[in-house]
Amino acid sequence: MNLASSNTVHTLSLVTRDHPGVLVRISLTFARRGRNIESLAVSPGATGGYSRMTITSRGNPESVEQIIQHLAKLVDVVDVIDHQENPPLEAEVALAKVSAEGLDQEAVLAHIRRQVTASTAEVIDNSENTAVFRLMGSTAHVERGIAAIAELRPIHELVRSGPVAMDQGASHYAHLMGKVLRS
Amino acid sequence: MTTNPLTGAERVIRFLERVGVEYIFGLSGGAAIPLFDALVDSKIRLVLTRHEQGATHMADGYARATGKPGVVLVTSGPGATNTVTGLLTANMDSVPILVLAGQTPTFNLGKDTFQEADVTGITYPVVKHSYLVTSAEQLPRVMNEAWHILTTGRPGPVLLDLPKDVTAGPCTAPDEFDAPKIPGYVVPKQGDAKAIQAVADALKKSRKPVLYVGHGAVIAGAGAAITELSNRLQAPVVNTLLGKGAVDETGPLHLGMLGMHGTAYANKAVESCDLMMAIGARWDDRIAGDGKTFCQDAVRIHIDIDRSEFNKTITSHLQVLGDAKQIVEALLPLVEPLPTGAWLAQCAQWREQYPLRYPDPKDGQLRPQHVLNRLNHLTKGEAIVTTDVGQHQMWAAQFCLTRSNRMWLSSGGAGTMGYGFPAAVGAQFARPDTPVWAVVGDGGFQMTLCELATAFVHKLPVKVLIINNNYLGMVRQWQELFFDNRLSGVDLEGNPDFVRLAEAYGVKAFHIKQPDQVDDVLQAAIAYNDGPCVVEATVVKEDNVFPMIPAGAPYSAMLTERPTQKLAKPKGST
Repeated sequence: MNLASSNTVHTLSLVTRDHPGVLVRISLTFARRGRNIESLAVSPGATGGYSRMTITSRGNPESVEQIIQHLAKLVDVVDVIDHQENPPLEAEVALAKVSAEGLDQEAVLAHIRRQVTASTAEVIDNSENTAVFRLMGSTAHVERGIAAIAELRPIHELVRSGPVAMDQGASHYAHLMGKVLRS
Repeated sequence: MTTNPLTGAERVIRFLERVGVEYIFGLSGGAAIPLFDALVDSKIRLVLTRHEQGATHMADGYARATGKPGVVLVTSGPGATNTVTGLLTANMDSVPILVLAGQTPTFNLGKDTFQEADVTGITYPVVKHSYLVTSAEQLPRVMNEAWHILTTGRPGPVLLDLPKDVTAGPCTAPDEFDAPKIPGYVVPKQGDAKAIQAVADALKKSRKPVLYVGHGAVIAGAGAAITELSNRLQAPVVNTLLGKGAVDETGPLHLGMLGMHGTAYANKAVESCDLMMAIGARWDDRIAGDGKTFCQDAVRIHIDIDRSEFNKTITSHLQVLGDAKQIVEALLPLVEPLPTGAWLAQCAQWREQYPLRYPDPKDGQLRPQHVLNRLNHLTKGEAIVTTDVGQHQMWAAQFCLTRSNRMWLSSGGAGTMGYGFPAAVGAQFARPDTPVWAVVGDGGFQMTLCELATAFVHKLPVKVLIINNNYLGMVRQWQELFFDNRLSGVDLEGNPDFVRLAEAYGVKAFHIKQPDQVDDVLQAAIAYNDGPCVVEATVVKEDNVFPMIPAGAPYSAMLTERPTQKLAKPKGST
């Protein structure tokens, strides 16, 4: 198996029980098959006792199918959705720190907005030596926003949340949690 | 309540009593003392083993021989890490064992305290599920969930990591025995009726079908239904190493084991069939050989209770998710006899042309195949046979024909040397009235032979047949065939005198050195039931197991005898 044979990015949504060890079981499922987790966002779900995760991973479709089946098999995983068929709504946040020396904040913001109209960009910290830009939007928009900053200023520090994803329209998750709560 | 509440340990043991546990296999240690203390007043019998690995294989043997979970109790740290091989073995072969591991108190977790190991962390990849219990009040829920997971769906091991303050402390939470609510754990029930009809329709078109039966059929108890299906369709049956016994291997439509060391006639049938139906089998690499060429022209059908097995190594055209017995029973009224006369005649011809064979024992050489063939004859299929891993295992699989369910216990997926003897001990506890033979190699036996003391103390009439060729024989065979006979790490020079070793444990021992001694010694061992006995058969050193499909090779590459030409190194795994 050539693990790098395909560059398809898969976005998975998981609903899991919320207790210690769940993340280890999930990450082992990827690692054992030589597959990297590119981004991971975990937070409490809308229903108490459950977590909601968004995981993105790059690789060939056959191995992701195996991984999904094995994730679904974990006792702590209530369900796994692969968003490959229907692109989901997604959002990501990034913080980019640049030097404040000679910085024209408004010029940078204007440059970002010219490149990426569908994202939010603002300066959330302006200290003596550094300024921090916050970018919000889809992963693609956030990446273009980061590139726009980098065109004007060297980025000293960058942190990204990775995307969080949700289906459009009738929500599989809402249906699922209804099922969980009724059981 | 005026009396003191029970401790966590007492609640654990009380739960196990309530669900019908008869035996716990284990070895004590500091962090597990509260659990051992609770056993003093219990009707559950403790079998004290000499090593924790032995305890896990005993529980595994008990589980495979009965279908009920086997229970293990060990202490923290090294006690628990010694169970990892047993957990892997049970996980790979879908065996329900429950491992209760003592742990350092919760307030010491993560501080490298004495005999602390992150046992939950170490064992994640080799369990069906596990729990690190951090409060005694969780125990009734955890025990109930653990038992539910052990006894439903595709079986597998469950581990409970039990800190000493959890087991020693009071537990006041109410008992839980009703089926627990675990939203992430859904057990498939009935096979989908439309999918079953599609299988029946596909069968109608087949003229050269093969029913391929695995461990799932043993676990589901699907054998009678598969036998009926085979008879009704007039379709031949092959089974995997672990599927032995689901369908009587001596039946007229049975072609024996398929795969790497399967019979040539089973493999010829698999290579030529137009439909192959897996019933509780996972098309593993020892079956498929070269997955790209395996049964490419056949309609491939897969019946399994685990969705993650579908399309894993071999893609299938039709899949039915669920219990093998229910699905095959639902299939029965939908099928009619197929015109397979020509196909069965072809299979019969292969059976005639490529029998399992070995040189006539009249040449005076003691051959392992002869010993196992005679064992099969003399035990008449009425004995449970367990094995270790290697050449003796394959010869036993070929020559010890299994007639009924749960009579053949062998480590398949994990290939665990040292499994056979303790598994036989567990099976003998489970079924005291059934003869139990552990067929082991001289290599594997030395990994767990300390359990001779356990068998001796309990006067278990387990019979150990050591096929001694003073080699790690299967590796030697590979080195001979594929590595220019450059032998490396296979010569077991320094082996003990197994007869005197057994006698040192107080165990009766016999020795077979020549072919004409085989029947007399095996009969004497069969007649000896005052305790365990060991039969050492000193066999020829350099016999090889045939047939053999080299790992990763197509079925057409099957060898039925020692090749005269040099072979390429195998492409497949080990």
